[in-house]
Amino acid sequence: MARKIMFKDAINEAICLEMARDESVILLGLDVAGAAGTDQERDAWGGVLGVTKGIYPKFPDRVIDTPISESAYIGAAVGASACGMRAIGELMFSDFLGVCFDQLYNQAAKFRYMFGGKAVTPVTIRTMIGAGFSAAAQHSQSPYSMFAHVPGLKSIIPSNPYDAKGLLAACIQDDDPCVFFEHKALYTMKGEVPEEHYTIPLGKANVVQEGKDVTIVALARMVQVATQAAKALAKEGIECTIIDPRTISPLDKDTIFSSVEKTGRLVVVDEDNDRCGFATDIVGMVAQDLFRSLKAAPQMVTPPFVPVPFAANLEAEYIPNAAKVQAAVRKTLE
Amino acid sequence: MKAQLSKEDLLRAYRKMREIREFEDRVHVEFAKGTLPGFVHLYSGEEAVAVGVCEHLNDLDRIASTHRGHGHCIAKGVDLVGMMAEIYGKQTGTCGGKGGSMHIADLDKGMMGANGIVGAGPPLVAGAALASKLRKDGSVGVVFFGDGASNQGTNFESMNLAVTLELPMIFVLENNGYAESTSVKYSAKVGSENIADRARGFGMPAVTVDGNDFFAVYEAAGEAIERARKGGGPTFLECKTLRYYGHFEGDAQTYRPKDEVKNARANNCPLKRFAAAAVEAGLVEAAELEAIDKDVLALVEKAVKEAEAAPQPDMSALLTDVYVSY
Repeated sequence: MARKIMFKDAINEAICLEMARDESVILLGLDVAGAAGTDQERDAWGGVLGVTKGIYPKFPDRVIDTPISESAYIGAAVGASACGMRAIGELMFSDFLGVCFDQLYNQAAKFRYMFGGKAVTPVTIRTMIGAGFSAAAQHSQSPYSMFAHVPGLKSIIPSNPYDAKGLLAACIQDDDPCVFFEHKALYTMKGEVPEEHYTIPLGKANVVQEGKDVTIVALARMVQVATQAAKALAKEGIECTIIDPRTISPLDKDTIFSSVEKTGRLVVVDEDNDRCGFATDIVGMVAQDLFRSLKAAPQMVTPPFVPVPFAANLEAEYIPNAAKVQAAVRKTLE
Repeated sequence: MKAQLSKEDLLRAYRKMREIREFEDRVHVEFAKGTLPGFVHLYSGEEAVAVGVCEHLNDLDRIASTHRGHGHCIAKGVDLVGMMAEIYGKQTGTCGGKGGSMHIADLDKGMMGANGIVGAGPPLVAGAALASKLRKDGSVGVVFFGDGASNQGTNFESMNLAVTLELPMIFVLENNGYAESTSVKYSAKVGSENIADRARGFGMPAVTVDGNDFFAVYEAAGEAIERARKGGGPTFLECKTLRYYGHFEGDAQTYRPKDEVKNARANNCPLKRFAAAAVEAGLVEAAELEAIDKDVLALVEKAVKEAEAAPQPDMSALLTDVYVSY
């Protein structure tokens, strides 16, 4: 059996392996090493939650602490990548996209198209998502749908340590701009992760489990929620397929469609609200292309259309849970 | 300074400035006919800035540009014929007709693109300069931006980042007096008369020069670029100049004093000033400059004819070049 390591260590390992393999890989962001400009030892933080700790001592020239200037350093990651580097820019919380969005939305995403196919911008942006820590409305969002909506960007959302390592390695090696979303509640999740280097292709879903009755599509932490719900439903004799797309742009439509064709029922579980978002997107494409295969109306289990609340009881109600997923699944079987 | 420029250097610089002027004046004429698509922002009047800076650069050095990007492209060596076709939205354009006037780029020439977003260039060039620094290849990054963009947060953040990381980067402010229709006297009161004073506050050398004087720009840019190549960090270079046309083609320019452009064209034209100084100093002959004028006129005529005759992009181009792989 392979050794078990935490999700955050899988990310750290992927970065180290890529930096060792390829000298053009650089890491920049706020406190990615830490203690810059102080008399104390560097590598004090390794990112706000310690995900990149230990990388600076190995690659001191290529781990670059920046001022709190997301526009400048995310833009610099994009610019350096358009000039032959493979930059990993860390945007601490995805909620902060608002202060640097132009550099991704109008610059990185569009270079290749605007410049007639001549630009290659192999930048990777790592950023945290997810509620559950009473971090409230500006540190808890899961806004990957906004990135997935932009042609030219790729959106990657791992749900376990094995996928995190393989998908991040694939992002760093990929020649397109990738945004890699790390759910902060998964950082301490342990799982089997090979020590050696490997990649997982972007755009290939993972079928977590197969069952004949209902197809559940879920991302990141919602894969655990879906699995919990499926276990409870199995006791009632309801068998669920769970599909983790792993990347939502590119999206493995084929795997989702072939499952829905078999089950005729679809439930999408997402930690982002359903207005113009991932859940609506999946339901929309299934409704358009597989209408005749459906035995029941597709269901979405998503937070209400409100900012992420602070109070623990409100936040707990905000986040989709297994009971809500079970109810949605039962609804497709009515 | 003039003495440091060989006759060949002088003629090449003059040719570049003439190419920009002729190209822009012709685009102005063609646009007025209604045959050109999209939004066009012309660089006529500011030639000494782009050429005075880019004459120090090679293909490894990177620049990023603005809405008003044609001059920077030409100065950095982008093919003028391909540029005209791009502005016409044709398949033979520099970007295959998919970028247009505001997005011309040629990365092989170190030209990272004109840009439709005001103030987008400084972070990108900070990244280019970071790449230069890490590769230790002696190359530099130069960002051109206007007095309008000088108020964008991206610019301030990038100045700070460039100083923090000691990047080989030059901030070239083209202060043409107007951010669209808004006077720099209104929008840039912070600091003093010179926006360069702000940069000094970030801890980098900053100079203000007459942007219509090629030799002044060339000398100041040369010092800044040399310092950056040697690891001396960023410099801010403010060039005071004037654009001869509106913010965009079609701008009625009611905000400008009467005869502002007429007077500038007569008395403060960077090409005329260059020619007068170089001829008077006996470095070049008037006839040599006239021969260049004639050559460039023919080149721009050829560019327009070829652009007009070129095919539109194939319909398949709609769906290509979004990703390297997907």
